[in-house]
Amino acid sequence: MNNVDLSVKVGPMTFRNPILLASGTVGYGNEISEFIDLNKIGGIVTKSLSLKPRKGNPPQRIVETPSGMLNAIGLANVGVEEYIKEKIPFIEKYDVPLICNIAASTIEEYVECTRILTEQAAVDAFEINVSCPNVKEGGLQFGNNVAAVGKITEKVKSVTNKPVIIKLSPNVSYISEFAQAVKDSGGDAVSAINTLVGTAFNIFTRKPKIRNVNGGLSGPAIKPVAIAKVLEIHQKVDIPIIGAGGIMDWKDVLEFMIAGSSAVQIGTLNFIDPAAPMKIIKELEEYCLDAGLSKLSALTGSYII
Amino acid sequence: MFIINAPVVKTIELENQIFLLKIHSPEIASLINPGQFLNIRVSDSVHPLLRRPFSVCDVEGDEFYLMFNIYGEGTRILAHKHPGELVDILGPLGHGFNYSGDYDTAVIIAGGLGAAPFPYLTRKIGGNKKILTFVGGRTHIDIIKYGMKNISVSTDDGSSGFTGTVVQLLESKLGDLNKKKIKVFGCGPNAMLSALKTVCIKQDIECEVSTECAMACGFGICQGCPIESTQRKDRYMLVCKDGPVFNIRDIEI
Repeated sequence: MNNVDLSVKVGPMTFRNPILLASGTVGYGNEISEFIDLNKIGGIVTKSLSLKPRKGNPPQRIVETPSGMLNAIGLANVGVEEYIKEKIPFIEKYDVPLICNIAASTIEEYVECTRILTEQAAVDAFEINVSCPNVKEGGLQFGNNVAAVGKITEKVKSVTNKPVIIKLSPNVSYISEFAQAVKDSGGDAVSAINTLVGTAFNIFTRKPKIRNVNGGLSGPAIKPVAIAKVLEIHQKVDIPIIGAGGIMDWKDVLEFMIAGSSAVQIGTLNFIDPAAPMKIIKELEEYCLDAGLSKLSALTGSYII
Repeated sequence: MFIINAPVVKTIELENQIFLLKIHSPEIASLINPGQFLNIRVSDSVHPLLRRPFSVCDVEGDEFYLMFNIYGEGTRILAHKHPGELVDILGPLGHGFNYSGDYDTAVIIAGGLGAAPFPYLTRKIGGNKKILTFVGGRTHIDIIKYGMKNISVSTDDGSSGFTGTVVQLLESKLGDLNKKKIKVFGCGPNAMLSALKTVCIKQDIECEVSTECAMACGFGICQGCPIESTQRKDRYMLVCKDGPVFNIRDIEI
């Protein structure tokens, strides 16, 4: 066997491989393109976009924790208008599925952002961020509320024909209830998980290490939590899952797929080794060859419990 | 900007727990400018997880130096690297000092480990211009003189040199200098940079400073290192991409 099929289907979307780059860890694609060939990546998810530009939180925004990091960037972004004018011309030169991540403070703002961006031919799909832990309004206020997540999904779907993925928060008791609401409201897929709320103090000053006090925990520290959430959704809800949370290598990708993910997102790893997504794709191919697996997607939900 | 594995040549312990790590990399050595930095992964392990940013301290031929103290787990691992061990380096990153230009005397001001980028700047300025260096610290053991010349020292407690801050020391010497013909290069704690800004604006002196901030990636994607701009209030600049060296008038500090 010398040909393996790495392609995956996520609802109506097909990606040439399961490796997507997570929102907030690749900007708008410009910088990371110096380390990877975007034409070979499964897909790219933009930094969260809001209707108007957002300045984001004051420093300190980032702190390292054991096998992880906390961030409270506060959705700093250029806004939809500048994104279309200044950022899309760069990414549309590449043959890579472009998923726009949308953040908002109101349901109307989610809808308006989606409506504006859906007119852009370069935009292939949307990922709706209902789970940012680092802003005062919107974000988790929606992500913790099943009815709100359902309503956002329904309203956003009503203004676009492009696929809509909802990025779910792990900071809830039963994530599958949220996935069910997404499915019932016409959403095409879910991303699981966004960061976990975390806090770190400086014991000498007794002040929080992050100015925002709370941050979102990411990195390998959260991988077992993410795997559990993916599994819960897969067991309870019939909806495609894009798994994310602390992936560091190809073996982590397989683990997420076995637990029920159709595709995955690489996040924090992009900060540490921006070339890693390319290595992982190559290693997945080698794994398939070694394992005699002709189609990688056969692994999705293949757990034996 | 690229990722490279480069071998350690040697580790040198200066006095007072300050380390110099000498690394062989013609690629980095030939490209990097004073004030630019490298983001270094100290081990393959997930703890510590993130890279650590270091400004380049000096360059000699195909080799360069990093200067650091043991601050946490990352720097502890780095200080114990053996000759031949490979170090995973991402760089060169950011904008360095603009040391060309129409001035006669470079005035270097370093607070504590803020001395790190100045041996290389001193080397690059070379004999073209006069250099005056002011180094300060809380007490005499904080004073780093490595690789710099024409040094005056200040300590907060008076245990070495001038008693007071390094910016106060600079102010006391300004009368001897033609303010139109000097350029100040600074690096140190924020309180020092803030005092330096006040003096440079009041005295109408050109000044560039190297800043620091916690960051993850080092090249603009994590957005972890904002710094307030004096030009645009609606968005932050990033220390990693727009800096780390800024005209002191362009940043709120």
